[in-house]
Amino acid sequence: MTNQSHRLERDELGRLIFIDQAGARHVGVYPVRAFPITAITAGISIMDSSGRELCWFPDTASIPLEELDLIESELATREFMPVIERIVKVSTFATPSIWDIETNRGPTRIRLKGEEDIRRISGNTLLISDANGLQFLIKDSTALDKGSKKLLDRFR
Amino acid sequence: MKPEISLQTPILPNDWQRVLGELQFPIGGLGQILAWVELDLDQNLRFEKSLLLLLEKSLVWTNGKEVMSWPMVAENTLVHGDHAGVGHLKLETPHRLESIWYFTLAVNPHVLRLQASFKKMNTAHHVHEEHVANEYDKQICPVCLSPKPANSDSCPTCDPEDDAPPSTWTLFKLWRFAKPYQNKLLLGLVLTLLSTGATLVPPYLTMPLMDHILIPYEKGQPIDFHLASLYLLALFGAALLAWGLGWWKTYLLALVSERIGADLRNTTFEHLLKLSLEYFGGKRTGDLIARIGAETDRICVFLSLYALDFVTDVLMITMTAAILVSIDPLLALVTLAPLPFIVWMIHVVRDKLRFGFEKIDRIWSEVTNILADTIPGIRVVKAFAQEDRELKRFVDSNKHNLQINDRVNRVWGLFSPTVTLLTETGLLVVWGFGIWQVAHRRISVGVLIAFLAYIGRFYIRLDSMSRIVSHTQKAAAGAKRIFDILDHVSSVPEPINPAPLASVQGRISLKEVGFRYGNRAVTKGINLEIAPGEMVGLVGHSGSGKSTLVNLICRFYDVSAGSIALDGRDIRSIGIADYRKCIGLVLQEPFLFFGTIAENIAYGKPDATREEIIEAARAAHAHEFILRLPLGYDSLVGERGQSLSGGERQRISIARALLINPAILILDEATSSVDTTTEKEIQKALDNLVKGRTTIAIAHRLSTLRKADRLVVLDKGEIVEIGTHDSLMNAQGAYYQLYQAQIRQAAELVEGGAIGDTVEENTEVRQEESLQVIAKNLGGGV
Repeated sequence: MTNQSHRLERDELGRLIFIDQAGARHVGVYPVRAFPITAITAGISIMDSSGRELCWFPDTASIPLEELDLIESELATREFMPVIERIVKVSTFATPSIWDIETNRGPTRIRLKGEEDIRRISGNTLLISDANGLQFLIKDSTALDKGSKKLLDRFR
Repeated sequence: MKPEISLQTPILPNDWQRVLGELQFPIGGLGQILAWVELDLDQNLRFEKSLLLLLEKSLVWTNGKEVMSWPMVAENTLVHGDHAGVGHLKLETPHRLESIWYFTLAVNPHVLRLQASFKKMNTAHHVHEEHVANEYDKQICPVCLSPKPANSDSCPTCDPEDDAPPSTWTLFKLWRFAKPYQNKLLLGLVLTLLSTGATLVPPYLTMPLMDHILIPYEKGQPIDFHLASLYLLALFGAALLAWGLGWWKTYLLALVSERIGADLRNTTFEHLLKLSLEYFGGKRTGDLIARIGAETDRICVFLSLYALDFVTDVLMITMTAAILVSIDPLLALVTLAPLPFIVWMIHVVRDKLRFGFEKIDRIWSEVTNILADTIPGIRVVKAFAQEDRELKRFVDSNKHNLQINDRVNRVWGLFSPTVTLLTETGLLVVWGFGIWQVAHRRISVGVLIAFLAYIGRFYIRLDSMSRIVSHTQKAAAGAKRIFDILDHVSSVPEPINPAPLASVQGRISLKEVGFRYGNRAVTKGINLEIAPGEMVGLVGHSGSGKSTLVNLICRFYDVSAGSIALDGRDIRSIGIADYRKCIGLVLQEPFLFFGTIAENIAYGKPDATREEIIEAARAAHAHEFILRLPLGYDSLVGERGQSLSGGERQRISIARALLINPAILILDEATSSVDTTTEKEIQKALDNLVKGRTTIAIAHRLSTLRKADRLVVLDKGEIVEIGTHDSLMNAQGAYYQLYQAQIRQAAELVEGGAIGDTVEENTEVRQEESLQVIAKNLGGGV
């Protein structure tokens, strides 16, 4: 209801098109979250392909439903931060170390380059970057199962 | 190991071959596969393996259950992109999206290769044409297809050494540094053997003391004082000998290990200085400092203390065991029986402690991090009155530190009593068995006492031996980190037998110059001829490759393709130091070392006379302000020294460049960080500097390049325009637009009261604000 003057649609090539108040078409726009970790529903912005903001939604609740679907589906392909649910095995306690982990996106194997790649964001939330630059999240390190906690403890 | 670059597609892994066989998919034999990628993400970005194959006639995807294929059509394109660590590959027809695949960047090189093959097939339609090693193929490791560092043969991904965690074997690499001292080390070893032997004499002497002096006295015979004093003298002699030998040994080996440590530090720093800027770009300063400082010290301490102790312990234990067996084999067996168990116990406890200590180390670094964060930012902390918050942060992490320490101390406190308990138990066993043996007249009381004396030392040694494990690991980790530096081959290699550089004209020619960083092309196909004495300005947006080009010309990096020549001679064939001596560099942020102004000006020519220094300072318009300082040319500058303004520092760095009288001058944003008035002063100094030299200047403010003979406009790593200011303005191309944009910006700065934001951004802000107002009025959820 706040921004009814614009339109958002998807073209045949799968790109998002944003038509602003003046009727100009911006091809290949993309949504981004302002707080992807701490507050995923607060603040979504639509950026054009050169990185300029076209439209700002202070909250997902303020987005019209049909647009929200488009935005959510686009975000789903852009957001990739698997949440580690279990650490199954680590190759060694010294780094670099190969970890077999289970995430909310299925099991995988990552390579941890150094202990400094495990960073605390806030409280017990940890962000782990692997050797390829992928980022994995541990939402609450105290809520992991005992085995995982023990393994994780050896690195931090 | 240097595998030849093969342009053939690597063979498909076995399990996929099996899957393809089971699917009965008519791909016409594995030989038909031109390229393949094992994708590791599915459509929902879950970790799921699937295979994408490029065949002559089609593109095939399979996940083992389903198979999809798309025929090769000339107008189809494969579009590659990535975001936040996830890559995507889109198959597009001109009108619609056919399919999209996702993958992590681990397989990115394979994907790029597949895309390249796809493009080649679609454009040429000659599948069997002769493959020419393109630039891309040269830049990747032929084994694993991951990008390798420029101009180096080793591949960081394949190189197993880099991948493995530090192993204890790394320590043996230190032999290279120990070799010059091998005679001393050998002597040290002999001394260790002797001194250990000497310490084992006193317990041995308790045996005759018991059997020949005390026991006969108990039985009513008088004490033989002569024999007793002989034994006591021997005891004292042995102790004295052990003391002397021990002192000599410790001193000698500490001496050697200190020297090994110093050699290690010197060699590492020497090697570090020779590495290219590329290496420094990827490392944190603190890390490198720690490696050269703390790690070498740790290795040194390990060698002089722990390794030595370990050798002593091993010797002691074997010798003791040998002596015990020689005295009485049966009793020796009983004495040594609980040994494995005790070793195991000690090991378990130590292990537990080790993680505790590691944890303490980490927590400790967290505490120091807070200090390192807060102290440099103290102005901000005070300005926002957040002292309490920082204090709380510090107190909290200290509390954490205490918690962990408490936990470790609980185990640690248990440790020594446990060892004592085990020792006592061992003694108990020996006592019991010994008394039984004495009762049956199998051994004498003296033998039993000697055994008891030996066994006490024995267990203490076991404890200190178990300590070596964690120290070895730490030292191995340290050694690995140092050899990381030492084994790194400079990507800017020094030529073998370079011919000396005669007088330099200053003609620089760039031919088809390309540079890649990782798998990203930064510059490509640059051709430029710079005549002696010409001034060329490099212009372009940030990220257009200006600084890269300058770094290539300075040979801070080597080109990935093409060549750069000075007076017709490839710069790679000139000695690095020789070449850099004819380049004067003035940077945006002039760096002054701690020292006097005169020393700083003479940095590139330490033997310059005072007259030369003053002359250079005058030419750089620095003479007057230097004389205004209380100590003139002797004023201390740099960190901890006299504070100078940006313009003053810049003029000192210009004087520094002037003094070495270089044939080539490079000005990298020399006036960007100062205000316009200061810029004018610097400009005057620069004009003196530029005279008669080949000059390459980068400037953000285009107005400072007015004097340039030619301007080279770069965009996305390529030259788009070359010409004088006037001709480029007339051409109304890229330069014209840059210039117009800058003029507009300058005007806006004045209009907007010069407080940072441009007018354009301001209007945007206003727009947003008005949107919010509307939202509020409508009762929207703001």
